[in-house]
Amino acid sequence: MSELNIERDHASLAEDFNKDEKRVNWHDKTLWFIREKRDKAAWQIPEWEQLREHASHIKNHVLANLYDYLLEFERKAKENGVIIHWAETPEEHNAIVQSILKKYHVNKIVKSKSMLTEECHLNKFLEQHGIEVVDTDLGERIVQLANEPPSHIVLPCIHWKKEEIGVLFHKHLRTPEGNADPQFLTHAARVHLREHFLTSKVAITGVNFAVAETGEFVVCTNEGNADLGAHLADVHIACMGIEKIIPKRKDLAVFLRLLARSATGQPITTYSSHFRKPRVGQEMHIVLLDNGRSKRLASDDFRNALKCIRCGACFNTCPVYRRSGGHSYHTAIAGPIGSILAPAWDIKKNSDLPFASTLCGSCSNVCPVKIDIHNQLYKWRQEIVRNGYVSTKKKVSMNFMELILSNPLLFTLSGWIGRKILTYLPFIVNNNFNPWYKQREMPIPPKESFRSWYQKNKQH
Amino acid sequence: MTSRDRILQTVKKNQPVYTEGPSEIKHTEPANALEKFKNVLVSIGGAVLEIQSLGEVKQFIEKTFPNVQHIISSVSQLPYTKVLQQSVVSPHDFKHIQIAILEGKFGVAENGAVWLTENAMLDRALPFICENLILIVPAIKIVPTLHEAYYLTDAEQYNFGTFIAGPSKTADIEQSLVLGAHGPKSLTVFLLH
Repeated sequence: MSELNIERDHASLAEDFNKDEKRVNWHDKTLWFIREKRDKAAWQIPEWEQLREHASHIKNHVLANLYDYLLEFERKAKENGVIIHWAETPEEHNAIVQSILKKYHVNKIVKSKSMLTEECHLNKFLEQHGIEVVDTDLGERIVQLANEPPSHIVLPCIHWKKEEIGVLFHKHLRTPEGNADPQFLTHAARVHLREHFLTSKVAITGVNFAVAETGEFVVCTNEGNADLGAHLADVHIACMGIEKIIPKRKDLAVFLRLLARSATGQPITTYSSHFRKPRVGQEMHIVLLDNGRSKRLASDDFRNALKCIRCGACFNTCPVYRRSGGHSYHTAIAGPIGSILAPAWDIKKNSDLPFASTLCGSCSNVCPVKIDIHNQLYKWRQEIVRNGYVSTKKKVSMNFMELILSNPLLFTLSGWIGRKILTYLPFIVNNNFNPWYKQREMPIPPKESFRSWYQKNKQH
Repeated sequence: MTSRDRILQTVKKNQPVYTEGPSEIKHTEPANALEKFKNVLVSIGGAVLEIQSLGEVKQFIEKTFPNVQHIISSVSQLPYTKVLQQSVVSPHDFKHIQIAILEGKFGVAENGAVWLTENAMLDRALPFICENLILIVPAIKIVPTLHEAYYLTDAEQYNFGTFIAGPSKTADIEQSLVLGAHGPKSLTVFLLH
């Protein structure tokens, strides 16, 4: 256990998740299957790599011109009859949403998937103020009924077995006991949520892309829940981070070609809806949230994370995420991208996350906007150590390693000691006091060091 | 100073040095756009039929949905109820619609999506709330990729527009694909020659 401000850190939560080995293997395989679907979809596009490069370039350009693009977007959206709000903090964001709901005297809203509202803990806030939030994405509804946060940004209940969902639905939706058929359960949820769609005056959605040129915003879903919510409600509130802006409509072609293929291997989501003006008689709001994004713009090391389009490809490919599960990350956005976003929100509480990685770089290789995720993980580690947010155990062992690795004599000596221990006194390291030994065999020691082998064998 | 001004000032102060936007992207187009569109749409759970006349739509409905009562259509040549936008009281009025027949502007070969805008929907909610959706698209209007799609719609003055690619679906329960999550359980695209 860490001695930091974290109640349970990633390593300890992952240990819990790993108690059920069969389940971990299932989780691992399911996500890898989605990674493979992503590959198949990507390989069908000969210019895939150019698309990634292009998308990255557009996002860099946006970040360098965000001030102008935000103003342009605001102006156009206002011309379209949309009401714009600005929030510096999650608290302000939530208060804005609440003030709109107050105006309409509603005690219930429907909400489609929005990672931003997860970032702001909007559900909890509204519920504390007597407003029922109905998450309408099936996966999100499942975790909501179970009183859990989503464990994946695209696949919120990827950690749930269908039998468990059957039990959950039996309890909450009165489906027959023991029925775990996905088709049947999905239909039950459809009927249950349709009722909420038809009786909700206010709908909240997220935003995938907001176009400065026209003031329109695009929301992508497979289920159609964002559309049903928004089109049936009197008031539509769309919540977005200030980094979601793209310059022109034609840029949507690049991002929509990348998004669903990277996320699930689909050629496009079922619905890609472009909201420009409210329908006659409807009120449309956009809440723009900063929450540290503007500060992060200044950092050459960490600015890149703002390019993220929330496809989840880095989750599916990550060997640590696949084997530790989303909840081990104890933050709204898990996985590799979450591990570089969360420390910026709260470095103290999330100082363990950049260490939840092997730095293999697979995340960076699949990222559709070419964020150097593994480099940022490494840089965050340095930042965290520099600021003293690591456990004493880690600090002491890092200092010890530094001492040895920077001194040739000590290095040679400790190599010799290591080889002797592994050969003659293996019990000194093969025990549970050695954290490395927990899930691993210690290596077979070589007879001599590389250095001495090289000196004997070099020809010249 | 308002939150808006503080956010904008911080952005202005912190944004990195100006970089030019990227130039146009070169992309490859599928050899046969119509065939590609059909194959992709079927692979994502949609149905697609090439027709010579609108009469074939009526035949299809009689054969496939023999007992269906609530059909609504925006196509005046078809003998179904046509509701004018002005007469719609509330989008909730469409909750019993079993089949909606609408005209799509064009299709996109690479992903099987059809573009339609609000004025072709009768109501924004209709393509999403109906149980089965039928879209009629001119067969010559299949563009190869999304790049051409946005080029086509660039000057369009729509208030709401959407790409629809297949029926509503989810795979949230153990990655089992289920058609008909919240929206239409089926999508049939007629390519009219």
